[in-house]
Amino acid sequence: MSKYRDLLIGAAILSALAAPAMAEKLGIGRPALPEEIAAWDVNVMPDGEGLPQGAMSVEDGEQVFVDNCAACHGDFAEGLDNWPPLAGGRGTLTDTRPVKTVGSYWPYLSTVWDYVHRSMPYGNAQSLTPDEVYGITAYILYSEGLVDYDFVLSKENFTEVRLPNEDGFYVDDRVEAEFPTFQREACMAGCKDAVEITRKASDLAVTPTNDAGKPEGTIPDFTTAAAGGAEAEPAVATEDDSAAATPASTGPDPELIAAGEQAFRQCQTCHDVGDGARNKTGPHLNELFGRLAGSLDGFRYSRQFVAAGEEGLVWTEETLHDFLMQPRDYIKGTRMSFRGFRDDADIAAVTAYLQTYTE
Amino acid sequence: MSEEPKTPGTSRRAFLRGSALAAGALAAGRASAAGPDPLITEVQPWAQVFGDGVDATPYGMPIRFEDHVVRRNVEWLTADVTSSINFTPIHALEGTITPQGCAFERHHSGAIEMSKQDYRLMINGLVDQPLVFTYADLERFPRTVQTNFCECAANSGMEWGGAQLQGAQFTHGMIHNMEYTGVSLRTLLDEAGVQPEGTWVYIEGADASSNGRSIPIQKALDDVLVAFFANGEALRKEHGYPVRLVVPGWEGNLWVKWLRRIEVTNGPVEAREETSKYTDLMPDGRARKWTWEMDAKSVITSPSPQAPWRQGPGPMVITGLAWTGRGKITRVDVSLDGGKSWQEARLASEPQSMALTRFHFDHVWDGSEMLLQSRAIDETGYVQPTKDELREIRGLNSVYHNNGIQTWWVKPDGEAENVEVS
Repeated sequence: MSKYRDLLIGAAILSALAAPAMAEKLGIGRPALPEEIAAWDVNVMPDGEGLPQGAMSVEDGEQVFVDNCAACHGDFAEGLDNWPPLAGGRGTLTDTRPVKTVGSYWPYLSTVWDYVHRSMPYGNAQSLTPDEVYGITAYILYSEGLVDYDFVLSKENFTEVRLPNEDGFYVDDRVEAEFPTFQREACMAGCKDAVEITRKASDLAVTPTNDAGKPEGTIPDFTTAAAGGAEAEPAVATEDDSAAATPASTGPDPELIAAGEQAFRQCQTCHDVGDGARNKTGPHLNELFGRLAGSLDGFRYSRQFVAAGEEGLVWTEETLHDFLMQPRDYIKGTRMSFRGFRDDADIAAVTAYLQTYTE
Repeated sequence: MSEEPKTPGTSRRAFLRGSALAAGALAAGRASAAGPDPLITEVQPWAQVFGDGVDATPYGMPIRFEDHVVRRNVEWLTADVTSSINFTPIHALEGTITPQGCAFERHHSGAIEMSKQDYRLMINGLVDQPLVFTYADLERFPRTVQTNFCECAANSGMEWGGAQLQGAQFTHGMIHNMEYTGVSLRTLLDEAGVQPEGTWVYIEGADASSNGRSIPIQKALDDVLVAFFANGEALRKEHGYPVRLVVPGWEGNLWVKWLRRIEVTNGPVEAREETSKYTDLMPDGRARKWTWEMDAKSVITSPSPQAPWRQGPGPMVITGLAWTGRGKITRVDVSLDGGKSWQEARLASEPQSMALTRFHFDHVWDGSEMLLQSRAIDETGYVQPTKDELREIRGLNSVYHNNGIQTWWVKPDGEAENVEVS
């Protein structure tokens, strides 16, 4: 890496001009305690360094996966909606639409363990025990056909499992592979004989557009008519609109609603509410109160949810409260991965917030 | 910068020559006054009564006439806004500095709210003394100021398969350029004492994604900054308040936000963001990894699909941005005919290393259609390639690092469209 040597020499010369002189340590900060390092230093290396003790079978891992992961990644790790598939896709990397999964693309199993442990489930990170992470990892391997159903993944046998695409990566070679072509004299005239338009973005028409049918963000035309100081004031009008959408001060407690909006952040990855709300991983929550459970057209509910509706479960303040305390006990088999609110006050707040979206 | 523009000669002469030729068109294009302009002859309300007093907006926002100049998202790109990206409205900006409020955002688990009081930064691993710093500690260290562009590796990634999105914001807006103040990472690593076997650093953030990435120690000790100010004020929440990493010239994913830990290691962690993502799939089914540097690239920001030219024939300003992750831009060329011929543009100021460079091309438009292109050249002698040249090597599935030449088809009515040409 000789370029770094050059850079460092350059930096040394420059530092006389701009950078602060650093002769010795400044004694700033304090020693990190072992407990602190243990709490934060949890990354796992490809050779398994950093793995904690633990183990779980594919069979037990399947249940953990269904409870925590399947809402987005599918029961079979196949990926729902726009969420990534975790299994399948082997042999597709040269296809027009390659499917990049743990089995088809990821080089190291350590990455799976590390990422699931630190950042999943989405919206509730760092809530899984090491055993559960071994179980989820084992189930993903099983979904990919890399281990049998009776397999148990543990710290001890972890590095024995190798992913199929481990050798599918090589270090950036642009300097060797591309620079000889692109470090060149730039042609200034007569560079080609003819120029034809070969592709147009208008043929696809996938850009978000404004009311005038122009791309969003198109600069308004200020070259013709005068704007005038007395013109309509859209900014104020917008505020009026939003004010009308929230309840008047005689209604529910605005502070409670605001608290509910905060608490709802845990829900909004999967649930939309408000203007233009659509079904996402979960159904939209407009006009929720009085709605029959599992009844929204166009949303694919779990079988159990539909059954609950058929048995007459209607969403009220009370039924929603009981559901949000223990979702999986209330409707066994729900796909909703949320484990419930710990605090009644959060449920009251979320309820007040959602009520503003029921007429 | 007060320096003379580097290359005023050619385009200025061409501009004057063009002016003479197009004098007729210019006269036709200029609106002749049908009568006295009431905006001048009548007393306008703003000339008569009070405007806003001071403190009307304790922290000012742009005037409402500029409310189109905002970040925008393309919904179908991602599953959810908490793991998504939006785009800087580069089509409506000038100069080189991106205002924080409209600089693109990329989150992997949403933008978290982290106070200075709650902030902790740990350095551990292969160091003599693992350390913990508070925000107040960081303020004690000597500071440096540097301006750098941050470009997402996926900028222009939607264009690999062909012209797709209408507008420089959408095709090239995963970029911003700010003046950062902070402490060099080298200073912090020196304080902890890097051991000889430490060859990499692993960087992670405090958000749920943690967005961990591995960086070779040479780069970490070179020009990486632990930043807490941008454009003279605190970082915005969405850009990692109170502390983020600045990794000059390297892909934006490495610029870890809400920076909480730096571990000196003896190898790369091979974390999710450097294996399953941010690796470049090649036509043979293998993938390049560690493609950190951003290659030389440029784009004309105006005229462009969201910035149509409405003034008609006559004098016209063509402008855009150029950058390279391998040092400084040395030259930018503009083509009006889809790459058959090129002319040198004016660089607005002395190019800075790993920072955006603004270019202008003064043109007298005759009103006929144009196929506008720009081409950046950097100090390594690298000339920005065409998209087809890149596809020739990388195929269509590499997702990241698309630095091919962009073409805008400007029509006689001044509207522009994203196209590709032979």
